[in-house]
Amino acid sequence: MSRIEEILKERILVLDGAMGTMLQRYKFEEEDFRGERFKDWEHPLKGNNDLLSLTQPEAIAEVHRKYFAAGADIVETNTFSGTTVAMADYHMEDLVYELNYESARIAKEVANEFTEQEPHKPRFVAGSMGPTNKTASMSPDVNDPGFRAISFDELRIAYKQQAEALMDGGADILLVETIFDTLNAKAALFAIEEVKDERGIEIPVMVSGTITDASGRTLSGQTAQAFLISISHIPILSVGFNCALGAKQLVPHLEVISAKSDFAVSAHPNAGLPNAFGEYDETPEQMRNQIEEYLEKGLVNIVGGCCGTTPDHIKAIADLAKKYEPRKLIVPV
Amino acid sequence: MEITQKYLRLSGLEPLVITPESNFINVGERTNVAGSKKFLRLIKEENYEEALEVARHQVEGGAQIIDINMDDGLIDGKEAMVKFLNLIVAEPDIARVPIMIDSSKWDIIEAGLQVVQGKCVVNSISLKEGEEEFIRQAKLIKRYGAAVIVMAFDEVGQADNLERRIEIAERSYRILVDQVKFPPEDIIFDLNIFPVATGMDEHKLNALDFIEGTRWVRQNLPYCSVSGGVSNVSFSFRGNNTVREAMHSAFLYHAIKAGMNMGIVNPALLEVYDDIPEDLLNHVEDVLLNRREDATERLLEFAETVVGKSKESKVDLSWREEPLQDRITRALVKGIDQFIVEDVEEARLQASKPLEVIEGNLMTGMNVVGDLFGSGKMFLPQVVKSARVMKKAVAHLTPFIEASKDSTTNSAGKILMATVKGDVHDIGKNIVSVVLACNNYEIVDLGVMVPPEKIIQKAKEEQVDIIGLSGLITPSLDEMVFLAKEMERQAFQVPLLIGGATTSKAHTAVKIDPVYSHSVVHVNDASRAVTVVGDLLQKETSHSYKKSVKLDYESFREKFLNRTKQKEYLSLDEARENKLQIEWKSPDIVEPKQLGIQVKEEFDLRKLEDFIDWTPFFRSWDLHGKYPNILKDEIVGQQATELFQDAQKMLKQVLDEKLLKGKAIFGLFPANQINDDDILVHSNTIEDSKTIFRTLRQQIKKRDGVPNIALADFIAPKESGIQDYVGCFCVTAGFGTKELAEEFEKNHDDYSSIMIKALADRLAEAFAEYLHREVRLKHWGYAKSETLSNEDLIDEKYRGIRPAPGYPACPDHLEKLTVWKLLGVEEKIGVGLTESLAMWPAASVSGYYFAHPEAKYFGLGKIKQDQVEDFANRKQISVEEAQKWLAPNIVEA
Repeated sequence: MSRIEEILKERILVLDGAMGTMLQRYKFEEEDFRGERFKDWEHPLKGNNDLLSLTQPEAIAEVHRKYFAAGADIVETNTFSGTTVAMADYHMEDLVYELNYESARIAKEVANEFTEQEPHKPRFVAGSMGPTNKTASMSPDVNDPGFRAISFDELRIAYKQQAEALMDGGADILLVETIFDTLNAKAALFAIEEVKDERGIEIPVMVSGTITDASGRTLSGQTAQAFLISISHIPILSVGFNCALGAKQLVPHLEVISAKSDFAVSAHPNAGLPNAFGEYDETPEQMRNQIEEYLEKGLVNIVGGCCGTTPDHIKAIADLAKKYEPRKLIVPV
Repeated sequence: MEITQKYLRLSGLEPLVITPESNFINVGERTNVAGSKKFLRLIKEENYEEALEVARHQVEGGAQIIDINMDDGLIDGKEAMVKFLNLIVAEPDIARVPIMIDSSKWDIIEAGLQVVQGKCVVNSISLKEGEEEFIRQAKLIKRYGAAVIVMAFDEVGQADNLERRIEIAERSYRILVDQVKFPPEDIIFDLNIFPVATGMDEHKLNALDFIEGTRWVRQNLPYCSVSGGVSNVSFSFRGNNTVREAMHSAFLYHAIKAGMNMGIVNPALLEVYDDIPEDLLNHVEDVLLNRREDATERLLEFAETVVGKSKESKVDLSWREEPLQDRITRALVKGIDQFIVEDVEEARLQASKPLEVIEGNLMTGMNVVGDLFGSGKMFLPQVVKSARVMKKAVAHLTPFIEASKDSTTNSAGKILMATVKGDVHDIGKNIVSVVLACNNYEIVDLGVMVPPEKIIQKAKEEQVDIIGLSGLITPSLDEMVFLAKEMERQAFQVPLLIGGATTSKAHTAVKIDPVYSHSVVHVNDASRAVTVVGDLLQKETSHSYKKSVKLDYESFREKFLNRTKQKEYLSLDEARENKLQIEWKSPDIVEPKQLGIQVKEEFDLRKLEDFIDWTPFFRSWDLHGKYPNILKDEIVGQQATELFQDAQKMLKQVLDEKLLKGKAIFGLFPANQINDDDILVHSNTIEDSKTIFRTLRQQIKKRDGVPNIALADFIAPKESGIQDYVGCFCVTAGFGTKELAEEFEKNHDDYSSIMIKALADRLAEAFAEYLHREVRLKHWGYAKSETLSNEDLIDEKYRGIRPAPGYPACPDHLEKLTVWKLLGVEEKIGVGLTESLAMWPAASVSGYYFAHPEAKYFGLGKIKQDQVEDFANRKQISVEEAQKWLAPNIVEA
């Protein structure tokens, strides 16, 4: 059993907040994204945040540093779109291994700095594996519901490459997150199992789905419990939800998985729902007050933030989490 | 605590957790090509739409898992499995249950596992091919996240006695649990159910061995489940359903007690255990449990005596003895209007005021109806019959209520219903009205062809709570948009319901919802209408429901608009380049025997009886399934049979007493294709003697070698030098419908009113089919040797087509004006056109005739602005007008 599994029994772990929100503050322009190395790339690169791990590594390290300083135990690598599937938009499929490797390496370096200073509070790196921009069980064409833009095997191969690079770069955990379509997540889990099998090693896996709206279902239509059942076939460290909803709206769904799962439970919600301009404007205090409900009810073991959250939010959450016991973990017989 | 228990957990869109307390889990098996001839045919014909209906039906009928099997020599099983599963996943009402992927071929199973997000069951694996293959497959199944059925089968063969069942089950279990680390709760054993009473001694223990094997497995192999296909056991008694039903029930009774917790059972072939007559039960159990040496002979003998003893139906009037409220409720639930007036009168005499009878006795009964309908235990035609009883009761009470000047009823809300301007179709609208009225809503029905200003004015006068709009033809879509804009301008706030055959969630979300700031909801079936209206009007739910619908449509709209952009289209010139190239040969082109126009007045509709396609008739009553199988359907069969009997009765009366009039007109003319997309028609009947049919060409980018078709492609071009021919027609069976319907409505009989309209529609369609055949065989005479059954006609197996303006191949309704002018339809047979170009009477059909062997039906799909402009120019109308008529087919810019 790895160290993180031991620590999870003792206290609530804090995950970091949004990477994208923090990067916006740097106001990077096209030439910043390109850096020296990609100055002649044939396609526009602005908006390819994952690329900043190569062209602006200091900025990425600084964001990680701020989150660790705010009290996060785990930071996510800057690899949300780090698959050949998602990188096709920028024609950067060939850079996927390097992007993931470097992102994990940068995060791990910062984590080591903090762990050295505070050995009692070791810091971890979760390799972020996003949903990609294609769905394996939904058709993008309403007139042709049987059509699929991507197959299970295509996803499996892409995720496998990402998982290998993240592990090589030093990720302690793999985090399959923002799952809109459970079939995509199953392809990622299948790939991770293959890597574990081939290398003969274990690595903790966190799984985090996304309930898209008030219907209480994932975009691919599953209820929280159906989602849980669909991803419970491999040993995972935690299951939970992130994105799309604010902390308050997540409560009923967390209650479902908390009551029906042996795994640790995680939540990293957005800073509220977007306002009319698509911005997230919940303050750290507002968010903390809502997250207090999770802790009072003993619903979670890992908590953090998604879109719109900042180190201030994470600090408020981390200070609060210290005061509460984690959700009880039952070791299955 | 549930979470630490090792239960079998499966999922579709929703969870299915099987605990020791769970009832027997019923697996639907109709979507299995090996078990259902119908499903096999549908898959072979690639009729996936109807195949989906089979799946839907099973889920609606209570199947908790659906088994899907595509193992057939003539099918590409892998492709069919993937395609069908992909389609199922897009149907939330089917995909809510877990799927059982059933195949004897591993590559089909694996392909299936790769397209389903939920936790499936694999059916099945076994030790038949040895341990290595068994382990390999089990490991993959685990990694894909599925449960598995393990057959009692090994390298030696199938387990056929108790010892072998135990031996194989134990060995399989140990390998799975110890070596593969397969979760034991995800293992389901199929211990082989074999027939009994075959007359062979070695089969005597078949049932008992299964039951005892099940008991051993459940006691010795922790957490696993046991399943099986039950109908096998009674195989020897095919044809004797009484015995089979008893046998299935008795077998299940004992097997379930022994631990069988899921299986494939046909609910139509099942008797309630306690209802099996004692002597039959004894004989059956003697066989199943092998209690006597001569059990088989005795049951065979006994079976003779129960053959043909079908359940006799005689009218049971014992319910008339029950208390008053029970009688009223029963009359409403069963739709019996025979005694309702006397019962209501009795209630009135007991009540302090007549209104109490409506609000008390009758509403109590109608609430039962509403609950049964809402939970899927009653079907639409029954509800409409209930409404007939209700209306009769209210009609009896009305004079008393008026006399007591106490006429304020507490309705749940007031709903305005209208078929929009230019449209004459109202069957769906009337059904929704009736169902809503049953649920205590007050309906203000403005009828058909209602101009928008009248809807607005009435809505204000009556202070309605909801406005419902219906339409069947495409121009009605624009009318609805217009009305929504008008409601916005006049600051209306009431919700708007949209329904009818051409309406869709997509159109509602993209075109109507954005122009009205309050709620717009697309509702296409009667049962959903009740919940939607309830959610909209109940104070507790209204606000959040309205908000969620608005959000839902907004996100749907965004997705829809993003998606439609991805399709590729050709320019009109490119599409014409890629037109269908037919090699024009003389045997394919036949000169009609009789050129010119012919009229059939006073047509005897009795000739049409055999040409009626009943399937759409049932659909119009929300009963889904193909005729005649629907009459034997396990869920709706009884209801469909009753409805069919009522329909036959009315049809006989209509035909015998000539209550409806049929008329037809058609013409056959020399014609040639000109300028790629037009058909020049030579007639001697109208002044300039030249009519041009303007056809539209597909513009979506096709695969290489697939042409972009227009109807004109089926006619030889002028340049070919070959004289070709074309026809057009209009038939009606609708004269008399309106009068009959009004007469029924006067007598509070909506059931019959809807029925006569639905029948008239069927007769019109049958007439079109009949006339087409006459034209092929006689008047045009190109298919003199054709001999096709009615089913073949419905399946369109004949040569030549009769596409109708306003339908997929030629969605332009304006062409009806050309046909009307060419034939003189209105002058000669009296069928008119509304401002939206709907035909009046509604039960009418018109279209073209094309005779070339390569002529086939197709859908135009979306077209681009260049064709709209070209079309406007050819037709000499403004581009705006062309846009208005072609709107549903124009690619969004």
